Amino acid sequence: MSSIEERVKKIVAEQLGVKEEDVSESASFVEDLGADSLDTVELVMALEEEFETEIPDEEAEKITTVRLAIDYIKANLQ
Amino acid sequence: MTAKVALVTGASRGIGQAIAIAIGNMGYQVIGTATTDGGADAITAHFKASGINGVGMMMNVSNSESVDATLKAITEQFGAPAVLVNNAGITKDNLMLRMKDDEWYDVIDTNLNSLYRLSKACLRGMTKARWGRIINISSVVGAMGNAGQTNYAAAKAGMDGFTRALAREIGSRGITVNGVAPGFIDTDMTKKLGDDQREALKTQIPLQRLGSPEEIAGVVAFLVSDVAGYVTGETIHVNGGMYMA
Repeated sequence: MSSIEERVKKIVAEQLGVKEEDVSESASFVEDLGADSLDTVELVMALEEEFETEIPDEEAEKITTVRLAIDYIKANLQ
Repeated sequence: MTAKVALVTGASRGIGQAIAIAIGNMGYQVIGTATTDGGADAITAHFKASGINGVGMMMNVSNSESVDATLKAITEQFGAPAVLVNNAGITKDNLMLRMKDDEWYDVIDTNLNSLYRLSKACLRGMTKARWGRIINISSVVGAMGNAGQTNYAAAKAGMDGFTRALAREIGSRGITVNGVAPGFIDTDMTKKLGDDQREALKTQIPLQRLGSPEEIAGVVAFLVSDVAGYVTGETIHVNGGMYMA
């Protein structure tokens, strides 16, 4: 089983059409990876499916970087 | 490979029924909805008799829980809809001075709020598939207006605005959103009109007749087809020439 970090990065790469090696933990979806508002909504939907969880809208808005996504999943999955 | 799924609301008769059959003939697995279980059974029987792959389901487009439950059932049984035709609609005509609250709200809710409920419920599957077709059946009345139909005209014009806004929002995901605006079509809805009214109407129609449900369904089928892939945000008027945009 891959780590949460790897799984998040894989989904980010798939959703945003970027290479996995370009997805650093500090990367911002919008500023560094070229996501638009619809991309970020879809990304959250994909994370919800991968980790079988529901991310409330007010939390989803705060997830703007790869690091924040990993942190959110770690904090809310256990 | 399993057939792609198409959802047509208000498919028990008239325009919706013709649309469901036309899309079924394109090879889609069609789900047609009606507001009662009896209506849903009749749809299933009609699909079977017409030789298309499809079933009827009960759904109330003015109730979010009903919409969500139906979409869940469709997705589990057949897969997420790739095509959504928002056809279900009602009229409750009255002069503005006499219109009751429920006449106003019911028409807005069934005809316009339903687009919000259904489109939202179908979009996740379409964005994931990077392909989708949403077709909203509006009305010539939304563009022209019609005395006694402020509620209906407001809802239908609202649908056309919704079509344009969602088309812009979701185009990057390979999803097209269009409208078809029928003029006066020979259905139960227009049978409510008196003979005098129908005759008077014909004088306003260059083709001098009412349209048939199949003539609307043909345009919807075009919009569903692959060759219509570059048409989005458009409302196509099909009205025998009574209104030319």
